[in-house]
Amino acid sequence: MKLHRIYALVTRYLYLYRRSLPRMMEIFYWPFLDLVIWGFITVYLMKFQGQIPGAVTFFIGALILWDILFRSQQGVTISFLEEIWARNLMNLFASPLKPSEFLAATMVMSILKVMAVSVVMVVCAGLFYSYNIFVLGLWLIPFVLNLVLTGWIIGVLTTALIMRFGQEAEVLAWSMVFLFQPISCVFYPMEVLPGWLQVIAWANPAAHVFEGMRAVLSTSAEPITHLGWATGLNLVLLGLVIAVFHWMFELCRERGLLVRIGE
Amino acid sequence: MSIPVLRVQHLVKRFGEFVAVNDISFDIRPGEILGLLGPNGAGKTTTIQMLLGVVTPTAGSIQMFGLDLAVHREEILQRVNFSSTYVAMPQALTVEENLWVIARLYGLSQTQERVDDIVKRLEMEEFRHKVTRKLSSGQSTRLGLAKAFLTEPKILFLDEPTASLDPDIAQKIRSFLKEERRSSGLSVLYSSHNMHEMEEMSDRIIFLQRGKIVAEGTAQEIVARFGQADLEEVFVKLAREK
Repeated sequence: MKLHRIYALVTRYLYLYRRSLPRMMEIFYWPFLDLVIWGFITVYLMKFQGQIPGAVTFFIGALILWDILFRSQQGVTISFLEEIWARNLMNLFASPLKPSEFLAATMVMSILKVMAVSVVMVVCAGLFYSYNIFVLGLWLIPFVLNLVLTGWIIGVLTTALIMRFGQEAEVLAWSMVFLFQPISCVFYPMEVLPGWLQVIAWANPAAHVFEGMRAVLSTSAEPITHLGWATGLNLVLLGLVIAVFHWMFELCRERGLLVRIGE
Repeated sequence: MSIPVLRVQHLVKRFGEFVAVNDISFDIRPGEILGLLGPNGAGKTTTIQMLLGVVTPTAGSIQMFGLDLAVHREEILQRVNFSSTYVAMPQALTVEENLWVIARLYGLSQTQERVDDIVKRLEMEEFRHKVTRKLSSGQSTRLGLAKAFLTEPKILFLDEPTASLDPDIAQKIRSFLKEERRSSGLSVLYSSHNMHEMEEMSDRIIFLQRGKIVAEGTAQEIVARFGQADLEEVFVKLAREK
């Protein structure tokens, strides 16, 4: 893997953000709007504090962490879509660039996006709702890292599918992650899911993170087991989706699809 | 005779039942310009896409610099580039930003000097800070060529490089190409529908029809073999043959 190629792609994506209002909105406007809506819901729920203890902490904390996962996924998938929209895949893959370097560049973009969005959300949550995400303490670090990895898993899988099925599948860039939301148990505990769905949800690394978050907030328990499962599942699934991406890439080269995406 | 920089042997590409390229073999020697002629759908673009490693051949082999493309893709593509009228550069970036990205992608040193040099040589100074989507088609074509020459390739694939240029700029581009070939020993695979340009530029020509090579030689040899007045008449005759 050559760093200068990854740097080249990251530079290219940053050039795009420099003079594009819609792209900047993706980082600032939508996360802000999410926070405002969920913040008001939380303010309303605070009237029933007795029934839902720690509602503010649960909901706004969960929202910020969910947005980290979402933006992490978008960082990977939207970068690929940028190449489709620009019809630039031929220029890229007729160069010495390797598919793994391309993926690495999208992951770097994902980290940059997550950092920008996190700052916006944490600052806004503090200003408007006096909410401090750092109430999670040092556990916040492994939680965030695991959610970024889960975002990459969904992002790489979505990218592989768009590469294979073409631009018609680009709606997956925004919808795929929401397929995982119900089984991520973002805003409710795992126990509310039916038994059969719990089995599926436990295979989702994000569910372990959100369960861990609730454990820290409600009982101050140490979520070691949840984090162990989340990390293990993330590593296995990430390896798997990267293999799928490479397989799809070769299939697209074989069928001539790589140069036809976006036509 | 010098060792070929590019050797294609029994290259085949099938998409399901459709045979796009049907068992073609050819060489390009150092410093040679090989013309690739053929009607639309003859397999020219698919051939170039296979040579650039973006489409996998069904059968056959591609060797460049004595290395197999299937095995040494990264090493080979570092020394190869292409320009096509039909493949634009990213529209949201300026001309200079696009060139910087390409320079970094290929790991070039002295980037600013190289970018300045290619911008000057292709007379792009007046629009170097312009966003690519605002370029005229001729300016876009020059950007594509600048991208290709920036990396100082040893083999260049050009797909209709002067298609959207006015005669003055087109002539300058042809002179530029000849000068590059003379000074750096650049080898070129040149596809065009402009027969006069093909005769002027190519040392040899291969004519593709329905995925097969149906004629090969210098322009004069091909014209003589088919008993026509010029290359354009040969093209029309071959393109209309069933």
